[in-house]
Amino acid sequence: MRYAMVIDTKKCVGCSDCVVACQTENNVPIGYCRDWITERVEGAYPILELELRSERCNHCENAPCVRCCPTGASHIIEGGIVLVTPDECIGCGACIESCPYDARYQHPDGYVDKCTFCHHRLEKGQLPACVSVCPTKCMYFGDLDNPNSEVSQLLKARKHKTLAPEAGTKPHVYYLI
Amino acid sequence: MEEELFTSGRNLPNIDPSLQIWHWPISVYLFLGGLAAGLLFFAAVFTVIKKEEETPATVKYAVMIAPIALVLGLLALFYDLTHKIFFWQLYTTVRIESPMSWGAWVLLIITPLSMLWVFSYWKEVFPKMDLKFGFLKKFQAFVVKNRMNMAYVLIPLSIVLGIYTGILLSAFNARPLWNNAILGPLFLVSGLSTAAATIILFSKSKSERSLFSKIDIVLIVIELALIVHMIMGYWAGSEVQLEAMQLLTNGEFTVMFFVFVVILGLLLPGLLEILELKGYKVPVVVPAILILIGGLVFRFVMVEAGQLTRYLY
Repeated sequence: MRYAMVIDTKKCVGCSDCVVACQTENNVPIGYCRDWITERVEGAYPILELELRSERCNHCENAPCVRCCPTGASHIIEGGIVLVTPDECIGCGACIESCPYDARYQHPDGYVDKCTFCHHRLEKGQLPACVSVCPTKCMYFGDLDNPNSEVSQLLKARKHKTLAPEAGTKPHVYYLI
Repeated sequence: MEEELFTSGRNLPNIDPSLQIWHWPISVYLFLGGLAAGLLFFAAVFTVIKKEEETPATVKYAVMIAPIALVLGLLALFYDLTHKIFFWQLYTTVRIESPMSWGAWVLLIITPLSMLWVFSYWKEVFPKMDLKFGFLKKFQAFVVKNRMNMAYVLIPLSIVLGIYTGILLSAFNARPLWNNAILGPLFLVSGLSTAAATIILFSKSKSERSLFSKIDIVLIVIELALIVHMIMGYWAGSEVQLEAMQLLTNGEFTVMFFVFVVILGLLLPGLLEILELKGYKVPVVVPAILILIGGLVFRFVMVEAGQLTRYLY
């Protein structure tokens, strides 16, 4: 089992529904977010290119946050999901410094918090909150180890990228381009 | 003209627009940790080579700063934790891959060891303060007897502590300014240099002062060479490293780095120490204090500037 998220940048309109859904589902404190929208405009006027995408923890295979955590609070569970155990986290900030995606933040209660791929929903057979609410259905979630899963099929058929692959983290959030 | 606009719909406290997760306590700790490592290293080395008589400040007096620096440094680290009541979780596991775990364990051993070291010289440093209890006297005799053993343990531990203060930063590849292999040795050498400066401040013997001036000059030369290597490393690196280098060579931290660290913290005190050895009258306090300030500013520059650097995607 290897969970992955695939996000179609051609279909994303940047509405931030995924952000709000996540904040509601996971009781994210006001002023914080576990996922966010990035809008990137590139090129020289008048030939400009726009990319909209929803970003979050990439649940890296080679996760620097897990490597540098001094207590083991950051860990990887079945399916490759990177999680933080609040009662083991001392709030040293090493994982935040180590993340090339700045996907972690210090929760007002002190521990470090981040996207969990909604693993509490996955256990009930539901999709992550962000995926389930996307109005343009630009987000897909599934098992990369299963060649017939929607995500595997999409990655086979479409051109795609990951963010900052040069950081060597082997991210598992893919963007269709 | 190539235009590029990058906007993110995110505004996380202490993370956007640039990271401010590690504050001044971390810089102060890195300085104090390096200083303590250097002091303990010199005290242990001069004990092992049986030169205690010639270097009283090294083995007895300046080294008293080490436990104080370590305790203050640990307090600073603790202060910077945001989930403080769980700090003991550090000592429930050994994480080989995590520099911070290494540091936590080394500090757990080296801090009491540094106190024992100072205690072993108690009678000589404070001859008028009598240890009132018999068991304390017995314990002191035991510590004095084992001083050589402590020295053998302290040499590797102090080197690990000194290098770890740099590796703590260099292990993060997400921060291109920190992510270079030189930072560990560089912080070690800088820590040794600040320790040599402290010993010079404490020493009353001319021969010991001139010995540590010579040691310090060598350390300064090595440190300058390592800084050149570090810059060359960025220069030959990828785009993110080039951008990181700009902060030091042509940006926000250039004055801090070149004026306070390189010129006032290394070149000038090195020159003053050479002049002093040549027989010119230079108060030794001046280069020593410049080195200490330079070492502290260097930690601040690296911690603050590093958090401004990141991957571009």
